[in-house]
This record gives sequence, structure tokens and C-alpha cells, in this order.
Amino acid sequence: MSPAAKAGAALPGLIDRRTPRWRAWLLLLPMVTWLVLFVVAPTAILLVYSFCERDEVGRVLFTFTLDNYRRVFDPVYLWIFARSIYYAGLTTVICIVAGYPVAYCIGRAREEWRQRLLLLVMVPFWTSFLIRTYAWITILKQEGLLNGFLRLFSPGTAGLDLLYTPTAVVIGLVYAYLPFMILPIYGSVEKLDGALIEAAYDLGAGPLRVFSSVIIPLTLPGVAAGTLLVFVPAVGMFAITDLMGGARVPLIGNVIQNQFMQARDWPFGAALGAVFMGLFAATYWVMLRLGAQEEDSVA
Amino acid sequence: MNPMVDLRGVTKRFGAFTAVNDVTLPIASGEFLTLLGPSGCGKTTLLRLMAGFDTPTEGSVWIGGEDVTHRPPYRRPVNQVFQSYALFPHLTVMENVGFGLRMQRVGAAEAAERVHEALALVSLTGLDARRPHQLSGGQRQRVALARALVCRPKVLLLDEPLSALDAKLRRSMQLELKRLQRQLGITFVFVTHDQEEALTMSDRIAIVNAGRIEQLGTAHEIYHRPATRFAADFVGQANLLEARLLLQDADTVQVSVTGGLELSLPLAAWPAGATTALLAMRPEKVHVSRARAPADFPAAATNIFEARIEEEIFQGATDHLVLVTAAGTRLAVVVANESAYGEIFHAGDRVFCALHADDLVVVRAE
Repeated sequence: MSPAAKAGAALPGLIDRRTPRWRAWLLLLPMVTWLVLFVVAPTAILLVYSFCERDEVGRVLFTFTLDNYRRVFDPVYLWIFARSIYYAGLTTVICIVAGYPVAYCIGRAREEWRQRLLLLVMVPFWTSFLIRTYAWITILKQEGLLNGFLRLFSPGTAGLDLLYTPTAVVIGLVYAYLPFMILPIYGSVEKLDGALIEAAYDLGAGPLRVFSSVIIPLTLPGVAAGTLLVFVPAVGMFAITDLMGGARVPLIGNVIQNQFMQARDWPFGAALGAVFMGLFAATYWVMLRLGAQEEDSVA
Repeated sequence: MNPMVDLRGVTKRFGAFTAVNDVTLPIASGEFLTLLGPSGCGKTTLLRLMAGFDTPTEGSVWIGGEDVTHRPPYRRPVNQVFQSYALFPHLTVMENVGFGLRMQRVGAAEAAERVHEALALVSLTGLDARRPHQLSGGQRQRVALARALVCRPKVLLLDEPLSALDAKLRRSMQLELKRLQRQLGITFVFVTHDQEEALTMSDRIAIVNAGRIEQLGTAHEIYHRPATRFAADFVGQANLLEARLLLQDADTVQVSVTGGLELSLPLAAWPAGATTALLAMRPEKVHVSRARAPADFPAAATNIFEARIEEEIFQGATDHLVLVTAAGTRLAVVVANESAYGEIFHAGDRVFCALHADDLVVVRAE
């Protein structure tokens, strides 16, 4: 018997080297099942389809081709990719600017108020996403609430032509994703130690410099998490661009949806999706590496 | 000379709660003053009023001869060492210490030099690039101290800075803080609930209770001449005895204390015209011996009485005794174990006690 095994025998009840591996795997089984069902399998299907062809009626033929990927890099689609990233980026920036003050105020509010205020941020989720988007349509349309309100103050004006414009798309995106920015920022603001703010004041920093050199850096993890939660889904969003942009400003999500629904070109849709996913994975990996490097340089 | 810090009739209320109640406290330049009191007594609020984190409801705060009552913390010539240290977790040791200089827009070269000077002052070198989470508690403490000192404040405020350290480290930091304060000549205002810490370091101690200063004096004054029941009880141990006047002559009074023991004390110590008063007596002031009037009783010991040892607790350097006098008064007494060949006391022993009249202090009962 090896010394390790002897030590194990002396300590019954502890998991030691003699515990069969299958028991460890058994404990992991629920998680592995979940991952296989909801992450590995769909991704695998997507990847396999992206190398296939389709026949005239849209059935997937299991051959091997790189044509789908070649088409993805057609300037038409690259342009849509760029536009999607631009809109999602704009949405993210507006969400940060609009969401940070809200998150900060809630996070620094008296404790008994925090939960109630957070609840208000969540209230929109109690209504269907589609209904809320339609509500925006009734606000923004030519004869809608917003223009009616404007005419109250200056009768005779033509009103704003907002609906089915890029502006409407951005409004819709910001509205849909703002809570996903507020919640993680709130999380880091709430954890912020008030003594740090006082220490900064004590060391001669005025309110602006306290904000820029202490509060911002310490809540940056929340902003980063919020950015991921807003930017990634906003790039792929198709419902809002359809409803509020009137399909006049197609983003990558609309194109992918079209390949699966109208165009019935699943392999090409899958290739678009795969490139899209690869792009995010790469960005995420780079961000992680940068973060890790910064930690290393200190250690 | 003008005081460096001067609280003038300061009151601070939070809603219906009065945290600080009409406190006037002048602190001399270069003084080590300790605010000593139990938690919730208002000592931290006093410090926050000096730092500028709170504004008094009434009264004014003066620092260096200027009225700073309504001046924000970043325009006051004071710096604070926080109880939790409050080091910036996203900055290195070097950047933490240099933070105040950066805010004052001190040039990079001068700043670097002053930061290293400050770190050397607190004996913390070679850790410049570390982050706070990579430091031990004692090291964080030193960074916090250096960060405050590097700004060359007129007054350094310390909010229970040693409470998170273990006992041994705390002892050495106490001495080091005292040394630093002497070396730099900066006014230190130190907040603590630890009476031993206060006695060790302070030039003067302010006993704070329920938003008021109960007594302000040197460690000696506070210990030997406590002014109130609270001060006597909070700093060290004290026998508190209700005394009733029996008779009075040219320069002494005779009193009877709780339990019936009769004692005499100087007339000057007795509140004029009073028939009762509260006496405080430190446990080590009573001399105990089996023999009546032995050689080591002080000649001036005017009170000699008999007692029985009810309890004896050996503590190494000292023996803690509970005595019951013939009349029935219970006293806590501490005797030094000066020599292994000296008297050894046991519960049940009958002993004689000697007590100097001047060691009985009349304190205010409130």
C-alpha cells in the first residue's frame, strides 16, 4: 500500500485517492447534463450546420463547404456587422450615462429604501417585452403621445418623425437594456466602503476628484459587467429593430433571423451566428487577458 | 498660546439623538490628546467634527486659529487615520501614500521623495508596488499612517487605529505612535475605548460619556483624581463608597461608608456643607499586612482597620483580594507580589489594612 493510501485508511470518511473517480463524476452530472443540453449541443448543431449546404426548398444537406463563411465576409454583411456594433455601442454608452447616476443614488440610499427603489427598476419586467415595445410605438408614432404633448405647447408644429428611424431603434434598445446596466453598477456601488470616500475627502480631494479617482475606479467592475450584459444582446437584437425601426435599419440579428425564417438558408444563418459568437468569445478572452495582466503586474 | 484645535460650545444632534452635548475642548499645539469613552459616547463624532465629515448643530470648530466650522474636509489642515484604514484597494502602497500629494498637485519628483520619507518614517520599505490586500494588518496600519502624515497636517486624527491589531502588535504600535508624535511635534487627537491605550500614550485624556466631557486631565490626574463616578469606574478599577459625614474638626472629617467602615479624610477634600458624598478609592492604595502597623505601612496612613480576606485570586505580579472589614464593608484590593519571601495571603486570613487619607477621592455621583 502506498503511503498516501495508508494515510487515507487512517482517516475514514474523508475523500481520498481511493474514492473511485466515477463518484466524483456523479456529483458533476447535473451540471454536465445542463451544459451539454443547453450549451454544447446547440453550439455543436450551429457549427455543423454552418458547414452544410441547402437544397432549393431549404432543407439542410449534410455536405462540407466553406461557402457560407465566404459569404459572411461579403461587404454587405460586414457593413451590417459594423452597423450592429455601432448601434449596440451607442446603446451601451447611453445606458452607462443614464444608468450610472440611478445606480449610484440607489446604492448610496438609506438601506430601507434600496430594496424598494430596486423594485422600481424591475417593474417593467412584469409586463411582456412585446407589449412594452408596442407602448413605445404609441408614444413615438406621428400621431402619438409625444407629438401630441409637443403640440400642446406649440400648436401647429409638424411634430417629430421618430418612429421607424435609427433614433427609435436606439431608444428601444436603451429602454430594453437599461436595467441590465443599472443592476451590476448598483452591486458595485453598494459594496463601496463609505470610509474610502471620506478618506479621499480627508486627503484633499474635492467632490469631482473623489468621483474620478475613487468612485469611478472602484465601480468599474460593475460598469464592465453591465457593458457585457447590454452590449452583447443589443448587437443581436432583432425584435426591436423590426418593430421600432420598421425593418429599415436591419442589424445582424435581423439578417440571421431572416436566414432562418424567410430565406430558409439555415446553413448561412448558422455561419453568421458562428462568426458572431466567435467575435464575442475573442473580445471576452482579450478583456480577461488584459485584466489578468494588470493583476500580474502588481503581484 | 492659542490652542491648535478648539471646540467651542459644540453640540451635534442627529434627529432627536444628541451625540455631542455642548463640548468645549481646547487642544494645545503638539499635544497628544486622547478621547476615551465607551462605544456610542460621542467620541468618534467629536473626531468627525474636527475632520469636517460632520458639521456641528451649534457651536464652532477652530483649527490653527481659524474658524473651520463650515469648511469641507478637503480644505482643513488635518488628516485622519481610519479605524478600517480605508486604503484605496485599486492603488498600490506608493499611490495610496501619494494620493494626498497628488490632490495638492505636488510635483512628481517631490511627491516621490516625500512618499518614501513617510514610508521610512513608519518603517515600511520595499512594499511600494503592493496592493492593500497583499499586506498584513500591521503593514496596512503603517500605510494608513504614512498616507496621513505625508500631507504634513497640523493635526492628525486617529480613530481607534489599533483596534484591529493583535495585543502584542498593539503594544508596540502604541509606543511607536508616541515616538512619532514626539519626533514630528504634530498635534495628535486619538480616539479609543481602551483605557490602557489612553494611559500609555496621552499627554492629556478627555473622558467622554453621553456626549459630554466628564473629565479632562493628564493620565495621572485622571487615574489618581477622578472627577466623576464614571471616570473612576471607566479608567482602572475603583471602590466606590457612599460616605456619610460623622464629625468634622479643624482639618479632617470622619465619615462612615457603605457597610459601616469609618474613615477620615482631609477637610479640604470634602465638599463644603455636604452631609453625604461618593468616595472613589483605587484597589492598590490599600496596604495589607497580617501584623498591625508593620514597617511598610506609610507613616502618614491615617486610616487603619481590620478585615478578613474573603477571596484571593493570584495573578502573578499581583494578588487580587476581596476584603470584608470588621464593620462589614467590602473592598477590592490589589497587592503587589514584590518578593517571594513576603507575606502570602489566603482566603480566610485576618489582616490589617492601612489607607492614606489623600487616596480617598470625592467624585461627582452623576
